[in-house]
Amino acid sequence: MKVHEYQAKELLKKAGVAVPAGIVAATPDEAAKAYDALGGGLIVVKAQVHAGGRGKGVAVGPEVDRQQALAIASGQAPRPDGMAKGVQLVKSAAAARAAAASLLGKTLVTYQTGAQGSPIAKVLVTVGHEIARELYLGLAVDRALQRPVLMATTEGGVEIETVAEHSPEKILRVPIDVAQGLLDFQARKIAGALALTGDTARKGVVFFKNFVKLFLDTDASLAEINPLIVTDNGDVLALDCKLNFDDNALFRHPDIAAMLDPNEEDPSELRAGKSGLSFVSLDGDIACLVNGAGLAMSTMDLIKYHGGEPANFLDVGGGANKDQVLEGFRILLSAPQVKAVLVNIFGGIMKCDTIASALLAAYEEIDFRVPLVVRLEGTNVELGKKLLKESGKKIITADGLTDAAQKVVAASRATA
Amino acid sequence: MSILVDKNTRLICQGITGKAGAFHAEQCKAYGTNLVGGVTPGKKGTTTLGVPVFDSCSDAVAATAANATMIFVPPPFAADAILEAADAGISLIVAITEGIPVLDMARAVAYLKANHPTARLIGPNCPGVITPGACKIGIMPGYIHKPGRIGVVSRSGTLTYEAVWQLTSLGIGQSTCVGIGGDPVNGTSFVDTLMMFQADPETDGVLMMGEIGGNAEEQAAALKAKGLFTKPLAAFIAGQTAPPGKRMGHAGAIISGGSGKASDKIAALEGAGIRVAMSPADMGVTLQSALRD
Repeated sequence: MKVHEYQAKELLKKAGVAVPAGIVAATPDEAAKAYDALGGGLIVVKAQVHAGGRGKGVAVGPEVDRQQALAIASGQAPRPDGMAKGVQLVKSAAAARAAAASLLGKTLVTYQTGAQGSPIAKVLVTVGHEIARELYLGLAVDRALQRPVLMATTEGGVEIETVAEHSPEKILRVPIDVAQGLLDFQARKIAGALALTGDTARKGVVFFKNFVKLFLDTDASLAEINPLIVTDNGDVLALDCKLNFDDNALFRHPDIAAMLDPNEEDPSELRAGKSGLSFVSLDGDIACLVNGAGLAMSTMDLIKYHGGEPANFLDVGGGANKDQVLEGFRILLSAPQVKAVLVNIFGGIMKCDTIASALLAAYEEIDFRVPLVVRLEGTNVELGKKLLKESGKKIITADGLTDAAQKVVAASRATA
Repeated sequence: MSILVDKNTRLICQGITGKAGAFHAEQCKAYGTNLVGGVTPGKKGTTTLGVPVFDSCSDAVAATAANATMIFVPPPFAADAILEAADAGISLIVAITEGIPVLDMARAVAYLKANHPTARLIGPNCPGVITPGACKIGIMPGYIHKPGRIGVVSRSGTLTYEAVWQLTSLGIGQSTCVGIGGDPVNGTSFVDTLMMFQADPETDGVLMMGEIGGNAEEQAAALKAKGLFTKPLAAFIAGQTAPPGKRMGHAGAIISGGSGKASDKIAALEGAGIRVAMSPADMGVTLQSALRD
């Protein structure tokens, strides 16, 4: 689960990790008040969306072509004067109000959001600092080492993937013992690698240790501070921050679970999650409904292999009961571009005739506007196929994966 | 022979009185697995499926000499159940549970390495392990398997059934099928499993199903390239069409920061001389051609 920058910074602050002072605002007036409350001077107004690339992103209304906005945000098209950026510097309360007005209620398009963009409901009004140095700090679970690994580099402000590709020697990697957290000597080593000295190094050690503790205490899955800045005064601050959390651990962090912003989620993915289905939207026109994640991914690959384009990933779980299939069908068919549907079920312990009955019952309740191809395999497969064939429904049955893929690709082309 | 499980395996089930635990323990027993007991805290002294239920793994081991466990404990308590089993001296721990927090698994794996280095954890979030005709520990349908000499290892559940079914339909039997699970932190890797198959005189070749995320498949390719795994090996990688940054059902199936892509895995495997099926319909026949190489 992702959270907004302002939420991440609240968590950092609570954990003793230094962040610039800031106030979140939902209206231009609140932004102007926040400017004054922060003591004025140089202030930054930042659009709160989950995606990165906000500084170069563009805030647009419904009148602007989104593909054009994406081209501007990605630096592939010139930026017209007056087009609002996602991050703006202001020097007065009036300017803060205007900046907030140019963002709130708009859609922010960045190179990470894609053309559809993300709605801006809040801005973070935060104190601007004189930056002496920009550094990077990241923490994620390393699957090969089976533990979190902290990454630190002096190359702040750019994407870590870019640094990893061009100058991997500049990244210090520190494996974390999950029982102990970051040890003092490790924190000193990081401070050294980032060339922090004196009092700044001491502030860095506190920062790093609390940052790792927050990661472990909240079951984070990814934590990035980019840039981590050293100010002219020698303070170490998290200028920007990205925190993701392990969905499987949210049961023990109700405060974090409550931070979920449904506006940032794909509505179909949210809806699927509520029914215990695992769903991901894609761009193609052949929808699929499969039991099991590995088989569901393979079914997408199979469609592509035979010249089609998958419209989604949908795993209905190891079994496949009527209610799940019904909800699955409804979600699939809500995508307007879908031209055909493929059901691929390996009936193991759940028998194929049971699954066929569930499919028929679900089919009965839905206005199926496109062809449906069904491939069943496993226990009682002949009985299952017979039920489908004799139902009188316009269901195309398939023998084997290849046959199923060929039939659904042909059906999608016939619909088009 | 075979790997991990055989006729001598003595199984208990942790979470045997839950719905899924009871159902699958019964299925395992029906397949012929020697189920000797179950564990559910607070249910000591009762009997289910004709076997005694204990409060703890150590009680169960003392009374039944169990050497393997199958875990259906709910996610918040599952990592603890794994460690309890290891502490009781159980050498094979098969964790079926899906949805265990990643850091719980990181802690559990570190604890096992430090305190019980010989305990073998399979999973979590896996279908289990089966030696066809001898012993089934897990949720896979038994009848699709056929005793034979090909090892199967996979990060997935139903995709493994699909692969096994293709093998069986071609008349190719299996020595042991291992589901290592779909989580980012697990007990047994592809490399671990391939080394066990390499040492097993009754396994002639291996079919491996990987997927996007992590680099366990690349490590398996390196094992083959270095000549440490010498038997015929065929593979399939799921998720060639998966978009970056999205979790595809399994907690571990995600392309992040440009790593974990299917194309990189396929290139690594092919570079090591491993045959890779491009369509999931061809997993069985690809293994068949690897055997002829």
